[in-house]
Amino acid sequence: MRKVAVVGAGKTAFGAFPDRDLRSLSVEAGRKCLENAHAIPDQIEAFYLGNFAGPSFTGQNHLAPYISTALGMKGIPATRFEAACASSGSAFFHAVSAVMAGIYDTVMVLGVEKMTSQPTARVTEILAAAGECSGEIAAGSTFPSLFGMIARRHMFEFGTTRENLAAVAVKNHENGALNPDAHMRKAITLTQALNARIIAEPLGLYDCSLISDGAAAVIVTTLERATEFTQKPVQVLGISQASDYLALDQKEDITTFPAVRAAAQKAYDFAGLGPQQIEFAEIHDCFTIAEVIATEDLGFCPCGQGGPFASAGCTRRNGSMPVNASGGLKSKGHPVGATGVAQICDLVQQLRCEAGDRQLKRHSVGLAQNLGGSGATCVVSILGRVA
Amino acid sequence: MARAGTVYTETVVHAAPAAFAEEAPYQVAIIKFVDGSRTTARIVGERVTIGDTVTEAESLHNAPAFRKDGA
Repeated sequence: MRKVAVVGAGKTAFGAFPDRDLRSLSVEAGRKCLENAHAIPDQIEAFYLGNFAGPSFTGQNHLAPYISTALGMKGIPATRFEAACASSGSAFFHAVSAVMAGIYDTVMVLGVEKMTSQPTARVTEILAAAGECSGEIAAGSTFPSLFGMIARRHMFEFGTTRENLAAVAVKNHENGALNPDAHMRKAITLTQALNARIIAEPLGLYDCSLISDGAAAVIVTTLERATEFTQKPVQVLGISQASDYLALDQKEDITTFPAVRAAAQKAYDFAGLGPQQIEFAEIHDCFTIAEVIATEDLGFCPCGQGGPFASAGCTRRNGSMPVNASGGLKSKGHPVGATGVAQICDLVQQLRCEAGDRQLKRHSVGLAQNLGGSGATCVVSILGRVA
Repeated sequence: MARAGTVYTETVVHAAPAAFAEEAPYQVAIIKFVDGSRTTARIVGERVTIGDTVTEAESLHNAPAFRKDGA
C-alpha cells in the first residue's frame, strides 16, 4: 500500500449564516483548500463529499456533483458519503483508502452541512433520524436524550458527576474562545455550565454541541507526490472505520463505544503506535459525555475514569493529553457533515504549527475521532508531521 | 400478559422533537427484560430511576410504554 499525505486544508468559519447556502459554503472551503495546496481543479481526480442530511435541511439532493462542478471539477467521479455525524470522516477514510490502493493519486474530500435554515424542533427531528426511527425515536428519544441515557448509566456505574461533564464544556469553550473560526467564541464558568437550562437529563445546554453551518475540505495525495503541492505535508499514519448497532437498546453496554475501540485499535496497529505516542487529539464531543467516554475508549485513561481525567485538567491545552484545542464541536460548532474533515483540518493546523494562540507545545502526532449517531459509525485517523 | 422489566437507564426529555413538543418534559428509558433483551420505552406516571422494576402499560403513539411497579 502506498503512503498517503494531506497537502491542503481549508474551511469556512462555523456559525449561523442566514445569507449563505450549502453550495456557497462548500465552494468557499474548496477554494481555500485548493489555494492552500497550490492546486488547480484539473489536478483533482475524484471528489468525496461528506454530508449527513442536506436533502432534509435544504431540499437539494445529488449533492456531490452539485458541489464539484461549482468548484470547476468536470467529469470526475463525485460521490456523497452519509454516516450521520461521521459522514465526512467516512468520506476521508474512503478517499485515503483509494489513494493508498493506487486508484487515484490526488483527491479532494469536502464535508458540509447547512443546518440553521430550519427551526430547532425540526433540526432535532432530522438529527434523530441518525438513530433507529422505528424503535428508540418513535418512543420519543432525541439525540441529547440518547446521550443523556448514556450519561446516566456512566454516572451509575463509575460515579461520574455533572461537574466532570461541565469541566469538558468549560475547557472546550476556553479553547474555542481563542479560535477565530469558532461558532461560539466565549469562555464559560463551571457554575454557568451547571446551571444552564436542561435539554435531556442530566445534560444541560452546555453539555450539547451547537447547530451550525459550515464546510471544510482537504486534499489527499501520495506521500511521494506531496512536495509538488506543499512544503508542509502531513502524513496519514493510520486510519480505520468501524460500525455497530444504530439503536442504543441493542448494545450490551452503553458506557463504552465498541466502534470507537475497534477503529482505534486498527488505526493504532496501522500506525505502529499506541495511545501513549499520541500527543494531542480532536475528539467528537457532540455531548460532553461523548468526550469523556472517548478518552477511555481511545486508551488515554482507564475505563470509567474519563470524568476525573477531565476534571484534573489532563485534557486542557497544557495537560498531558490536550483534547479539542480547536474548541471541539461544543464551541467551534458542529455542522454535522463537515465535522470529520474539520477535525482533520484542525490536526493539520497544529501539526504545521499554524494554530496561533491555540498552538500546542507537542505537535508531531495527533489523532482525530469522528463518531456517527450514538456510536454506529466511528472513524479514527492518526496524522503525523513529515520530518 | 404485560411485560415486566427493570430500568437499565433513563432520561427526561425537555427539548423535544416537533412531533412530541406538547408532551415535554417526558421520560424515556431503556427497559431490560429477564432474557437480557431490551427496549426503549416511554415512562408513564411516576418517574423512575435505574434499577426500578416496571410493567408494560398501554402503548403511546404505537411505542411501548411502562409504568413503575407499586406506583
